[in-house]
Amino acid sequence: MSQPRVLLEIPVEGNNFTTAGEAASRVKRTLQKLGIDSALIRRVSIATYEAEMNIVIHAEYGKIVLQVDAGGVTVLAEDRGKGIPDLNQAMTAGFSTASDRARAMGFGAGMGLPNIKKCTDQLEIDTQVNVGTKVVMKFTYPTTS
Amino acid sequence: MTLEELVKVIDATVVTGHEKLTAKIRGVYVSDLLSDVIGHAQEGQVWLTIQTHTNVVAVALLLNLAAIIFTAGATPDGETVTKAQNEGIVLLTTALSTYETAGRLYRNQQ
Ligand SMILES: Nc1ncnc2c1ncn2[C@@H]1O[C@H](COP(=O)(O)OP(=O)(O)O)[C@@H](O)[C@H]1O
Ligand SMILES: [Mg+2]
Repeated sequence: MSQPRVLLEIPVEGNNFTTAGEAASRVKRTLQKLGIDSALIRRVSIATYEAEMNIVIHAEYGKIVLQVDAGGVTVLAEDRGKGIPDLNQAMTAGFSTASDRARAMGFGAGMGLPNIKKCTDQLEIDTQVNVGTKVVMKFTYPTTS
Repeated sequence: MTLEELVKVIDATVVTGHEKLTAKIRGVYVSDLLSDVIGHAQEGQVWLTIQTHTNVVAVALLLNLAAIIFTAGATPDGETVTKAQNEGIVLLTTALSTYETAGRLYRNQQ
């Protein structure tokens, strides 16, 4: 398989709701320019949006990295922050520790990680309490026959 | 129906995207939970919500939604309007309740 190419590396600020979503938009635009299958772009967009929002809502700061290789697309969301003490609980639909402010804005439904799980072909989450979280999301190109 | 027709059906005011009203809508999605919308709304649909902050524009952009309709008299923040203008997202407002808006759109669908 060819060497992965890093196409974007975008910083994400915790608690900045004004620019939230822009990293996902840039990832989407970049993939559109590459002419990638639109159903795949939709999955990448949804997962990246949720991972970006998790940095904004739950972490201090982080970044979104977009990589492509011959097999597909990889998006990495890495942050410094409080980490996730119980990953199984966090993956449960409806579980959320979002603030009241975030909830009033329509975030904190506890559907972000389940959405990410549904949209990715491969998902790895590395997290350490009071250090940070690294979410690696892999999406495989549809096989052409 | 087209956005132009929809505007009449729900007595809407066009905030941004006047040039895009000839587009045909492909359905309606109703929710104020962003994760619900991002996970389920489909391209070409209009989205009924009372959330007015800038992030709704990001969601509409990512999903290629036809328009965001702020119901029940909700009006978008200044920043939301600016962002929608920059990104080419159609914003509409209506004084009708979400129920009445959805009901009229359901009755007029074809
Ligand atoms: N990057 C992160 N840093 C710290 N905690 C996180 C992070 N992402 C998710 N979590 C934890 O997992 C929970 C569930 O996440 P998610 O399913 O996205 O729901 P929501 O963001 O709506 O709360 C969050 O409420 C939070 O406690
Ligand atoms: Mg989340």
